[in-house]
Amino acid sequence: MTRLSDIPAGTTASLLNLGGERTFRRRLMELGLLPGTSVRMVRRVDIGDLLQLEVRGCHLSLRRSDAEQLMVRDEH
Amino acid sequence: MVRRGPLVALAGNPNTGKTSVFNQLTGGDQKVGNYPGITVDRFEGKLDLGEDLEARLVDVPGTYSLSARSAEEQIACQAITGIPPLPAPELVVLVVDATQLLRNLYLTLQVLETAVPVVVALNMLDMLEERGQAIDTEMLSKVLGVEVVPVSGLHGTGMEELRRAIERTLARPAGEQPLPRWEKSPALIEDLDAVASAIPESWRVDGEARRHALALWALLSIDEDDELRDIPAALRAKVLEVRRESTEAGREIEAEVIEARYAWIDEHGSPALQQKTERKQGLTERADSILLHPFVGFGLFLLVMGLVFQSLFSWSDPAIGAIETAFGALAQGVESLLPAGLFRDFITEGLIAGVGSVVVFLPQILMLFFFIGIMEDSGYMARVAFLMDRVMRALGLHGRAFVPMLSGFACAVPAIMATRTMERRRNRLLTMMVVPLMSCSARLPVYALLIGALFPAKTVLGFLPLQGLMMVAMYLFSTVIALVATWVLGKTIFKGPKVPLILELPPYRMPHWRSVARMMIQRAGFFLKEAGRVILVCTILIWLLLSFPRNPELDTDYEALRVTAAETLEGDALTEQLARLESEESGEIFRASYGAHLGRAMEPAIEPLGFDWKMGIGIIGAFAAREVFVSTMGIVYGLDQDADEDSVTLREKIRSETYADGKPVFTSLVGLSLLVFFALACQCMATLATVYRETRSWRWPAFLFVYMTALAWVMSFLVYQGGRLLGYE
Repeated sequence: MTRLSDIPAGTTASLLNLGGERTFRRRLMELGLLPGTSVRMVRRVDIGDLLQLEVRGCHLSLRRSDAEQLMVRDEH
Repeated sequence: MVRRGPLVALAGNPNTGKTSVFNQLTGGDQKVGNYPGITVDRFEGKLDLGEDLEARLVDVPGTYSLSARSAEEQIACQAITGIPPLPAPELVVLVVDATQLLRNLYLTLQVLETAVPVVVALNMLDMLEERGQAIDTEMLSKVLGVEVVPVSGLHGTGMEELRRAIERTLARPAGEQPLPRWEKSPALIEDLDAVASAIPESWRVDGEARRHALALWALLSIDEDDELRDIPAALRAKVLEVRRESTEAGREIEAEVIEARYAWIDEHGSPALQQKTERKQGLTERADSILLHPFVGFGLFLLVMGLVFQSLFSWSDPAIGAIETAFGALAQGVESLLPAGLFRDFITEGLIAGVGSVVVFLPQILMLFFFIGIMEDSGYMARVAFLMDRVMRALGLHGRAFVPMLSGFACAVPAIMATRTMERRRNRLLTMMVVPLMSCSARLPVYALLIGALFPAKTVLGFLPLQGLMMVAMYLFSTVIALVATWVLGKTIFKGPKVPLILELPPYRMPHWRSVARMMIQRAGFFLKEAGRVILVCTILIWLLLSFPRNPELDTDYEALRVTAAETLEGDALTEQLARLESEESGEIFRASYGAHLGRAMEPAIEPLGFDWKMGIGIIGAFAAREVFVSTMGIVYGLDQDADEDSVTLREKIRSETYADGKPVFTSLVGLSLLVFFALACQCMATLATVYRETRSWRWPAFLFVYMTALAWVMSFLVYQGGRLLGYE
């Protein structure tokens, strides 16, 4: 089990569970980030502390500190 | 006969091209209102369905889901489901972005659950094709149980078919549309029944499906700290109770419901999406690798922002100049046609000048919304928010606040209008409250006059010009204050929970020129109609203040002086003397005006800042527009009223002005205090009128005026009194 915020750019991982505040979790789930969903780390912008993810064909961006609350399983 | 048409709601996720579909369906025929009690514009247009049927089409704000946390998100939900105070639509047209089909189906599914008749308009199929994918619309239509019409908002294709599908669906008997059947657990059904029992009658609960859909909405939306409005206390209590019980039982309702919906979408919706050729790396991803690059991307970002700023600050200048010249010429033309007197002065100095002071904002508004339109339509605005998140986060703001704040350096009016690109009301209001602190271009002439008059043209450290340094210092000062104010207001008045950033990065698209042009015209129209009215009235009020009473008794008999001049002088000397006398006379009339009385009356309030009553008049006059301070000071000192900031006589006059005891009025310290005052005070009614238009309430303009004036007073006080303590005069 790894934190989503720790996976390298270009890799894909399967979501295990979502932590954090209820509305944050709900919004992410509604955008299609559910347990079992594959998430691809498109880009990590370390200067801005931002992550760009691809989920179900859509791109979205989260702050690294927020993404620390999402756990994934490595898929290699 | 045309009967009063059914209400059709146009809904969809953000960035689906919903607005261009709306424009295509309604043509130019739309009107704008606002949703009750909230600052969200409501667009309604006529939807011609042929023969004798004309529907009303309402554009619902874009949303990812019906469940809501903020009042803005709630509007979308209420408009779709018809929860009071909004009327229930008879049909919902869902605009679905084909390139984001699965996520868009989530909202579609939610809407279908409410049992309202639906037609799906499938947009952006051409972009899907570029990715080597296609959608089997027939299959999609079958699994959803509604008509699915391929359209192109960009090219206007498919609109006839969409109209016909709407017509057919409206004609179908209610209840024929199948409900999507994702599995609800017995425990969930029990929860829904419990919540449904607390839903008020007025929510038009007819039928099991709608009852459960509304209960689901309440269950997923209501929270201990949501910002929803008009939720009955009984319902709120019931939802919290049901959720508490389910949590105690080890269930998580949100996950249960959302997972079940996505499972349905994956099972039924996914097969309709077909991979035709091998998947290509999209243009968007390649573009992002440049545009979001930490160095290259940031450099390009600065370039784009430089362009926007340059266009507002300089390129709009010729148009502004032309408008000013045109209104000046118009006033002169009218002046020559009408007999001298109060009526003529009212027309030329009140009305024409007032309309001119409204129209003069148009170049910058159009220019800014041209760029915003392109950035929004192309998808670049989301990248701006991405790149600026770090900086704006530190201030407690969203990355999207950057463009309005930057625009504030040119003019607060378009900048405040630009805050609508932000979704959350708290961020929008906070940005509106600090944008006017940025040193706008109207402050420049005031800075130039005061710095030019009161600070010597010498160099510091041998090569740095002092006056130039002062100018830079003023910009730095106002920026620092604005940033500090943002931080402080964000921690106090606009205190709210820290919201995690979830930023969608939509695919890049070609901007749609017609929709960019439409937005520019729409924004300019709002400004003219709503803010313009207030500005016009204020200009006339200020004119009244400064030009009444008529024919006051003057200390000097100018008529006698003119006669003497005519007897003793001739030629150029005579013309010069007459002109000088006229300026002096209008100066004296001006000093006898109500405005001047007001200036004197406020002297005790501004004396601690080092200002005299004449500066008070300048400050009152500057309320019409800051740069008017310069010409007002010209008139007060009995100079030609066309005096500008480069006028040598005005600068000399300012330098040589003394109090009765011979001490100079304007010292460098007074100048500094006045500079600080102008940098911080909200001396601009156009700004206040625009805030009024954007918030639809006098509360925020009043707050803005009070806090900025208080801030300006305190800072000027500190500068002046502090300077005196240090021994400066």
